[in-house]
Amino acid sequence: METILTLTLILAKIVAIVAPLMLAVAYLTYAERKIIGYMQVRIGPNRVGPKGWLQPIADAVKLMVKEIIIPSGANRFLFILAPILSIGPALAAWAVIPFGKGMVLANLDAGLLYLLALTSLGVYGVIISGWASNSKYAFLGAMRSAAQIVSYEIAMGFALVGVLMAAGSLNLQDIVLKQQGGLLHWFWLPLLPLFVVYFIAGVAETNRAPFDVAEGESEIVAGFHVEYSGMTFAVFFLAEYANMVLISALASTLFLGGWLSPFEGIPVLGEPGLIWFVLKMAIFLFLFLWFRATFPRYRYDQIMRLGWKVFIPVTLVWIGVLGLAILFRVGPWFA
Amino acid sequence: MGFEKFLFYVFAIVLIFAAVRVITVRNSVHAALFLVLAFFNSAALWMLLQAEFLAITLVLVYVGAVMVLFLFVVMMLDINLAPLREGFIKYLPVGAAVGLIIVVEMGLVEVHSRLFAAEQYHLIQQPAGYSNTKVLGEALYTVYVYPFEIAAVILLVAIIAAIALTMRKRPETTKYQDPAQQVLVKRGDRIRLVKMPAEKKL
Repeated sequence: METILTLTLILAKIVAIVAPLMLAVAYLTYAERKIIGYMQVRIGPNRVGPKGWLQPIADAVKLMVKEIIIPSGANRFLFILAPILSIGPALAAWAVIPFGKGMVLANLDAGLLYLLALTSLGVYGVIISGWASNSKYAFLGAMRSAAQIVSYEIAMGFALVGVLMAAGSLNLQDIVLKQQGGLLHWFWLPLLPLFVVYFIAGVAETNRAPFDVAEGESEIVAGFHVEYSGMTFAVFFLAEYANMVLISALASTLFLGGWLSPFEGIPVLGEPGLIWFVLKMAIFLFLFLWFRATFPRYRYDQIMRLGWKVFIPVTLVWIGVLGLAILFRVGPWFA
Repeated sequence: MGFEKFLFYVFAIVLIFAAVRVITVRNSVHAALFLVLAFFNSAALWMLLQAEFLAITLVLVYVGAVMVLFLFVVMMLDINLAPLREGFIKYLPVGAAVGLIIVVEMGLVEVHSRLFAAEQYHLIQQPAGYSNTKVLGEALYTVYVYPFEIAAVILLVAIIAAIALTMRKRPETTKYQDPAQQVLVKRGDRIRLVKMPAEKKL
């Protein structure tokens, strides 16, 4: 009886995380089209519902009723499995994200490691879809994506090592609590290079513009998901946006103090709360969209150069600097 | 049978199935994917043993990095499978013998521990605040610091050796781009603006 009760409680918590997440993903697509529209002096979707608010719902319904086409030369099982492998880790990673003090599904001691492991699994969806489609474009996209994700994961991992050193814990809850004390006490300041590297590597990991060579439509049509249609395509789409939300949530948790208020010490405004977390995530999500509207796509060799020859040395040097800073107890962060 | 035991058997059965498929399946990409499945299930088993740090590291390193590169290479290979299968019967006795020896050795370990150290079979229950990660870190950086650092140096040497072996001199004719110089380019180096009188309207 008690086990059933705990299971139901966990299930309810999962629904309470995933349902708003899916809604956020749906309206992120709407926000993307609107924001990029305004940046390009267009209006964006405005036909379905008032001001186009029902557009994502209409898109979802359309994708659900479309036919799923499986190419004749494809490996059926892997072809269907790939989108699932893509979205699975993107959702599972939310288990350790703290939304407030004590508001977390699994208060894991190795939370940061768990996140690193899960984000590295997302690449399987891409590789398997590229291979199972039995299509040259899809395969090229998959290979590009695999090389890119593996390269940027190293820089990302090193950036997380910096966070781990500064916080002295792998537990995300402890990492946030360690940043108490307002805007200047958050880790973005002592870890500024790592923060920048982390977010850019995050953009690269999610295959978003300007790092979207995996789907580069001008070169390889749509890359790894060129053969996908209907719901299978929609799941890839969901996974990409869920990953964007995840990277934003992580960047806010690790570098911008998660649910903490930037005005700590001031009454009312200084209260920590979920609202701060959501606001910080919104900033990063806006950056994602802004990047896409602004930057042209990187050339493949430039991506590799940036990852290996710029980001990895930067993070390595800063980890050394950080070690010294901790040793000599610099500033309010490591006192 | 407790829930944990049930989970153990599920993961163990999938693990053994996947491991067998790795060596029996014909397609090498499928074999690599089964290996991924096997790693994942063994990570789950470690998790049941409350070794969460090791379990997550296994997923991170082997599933997240090593197998991705493995798949990357295997997918690019253009292997004809027929010659690979040719010597199957010829090598079967040797393979079977090696397999048998491993099974016997595993059996011996099992029998030995059952006879002489039965208490090992009980999982040591840790208190609630116990952090596997912390204990491992403390052990690695205090008691085992020298073996740990030596292993790290050996790995570093291996990395450098691998890079040195695969770095080959490209022929002189290969064109390179120097990004530093590319960045330094000024408009004046590339473009000459010419002032011209506008043509008269006819």
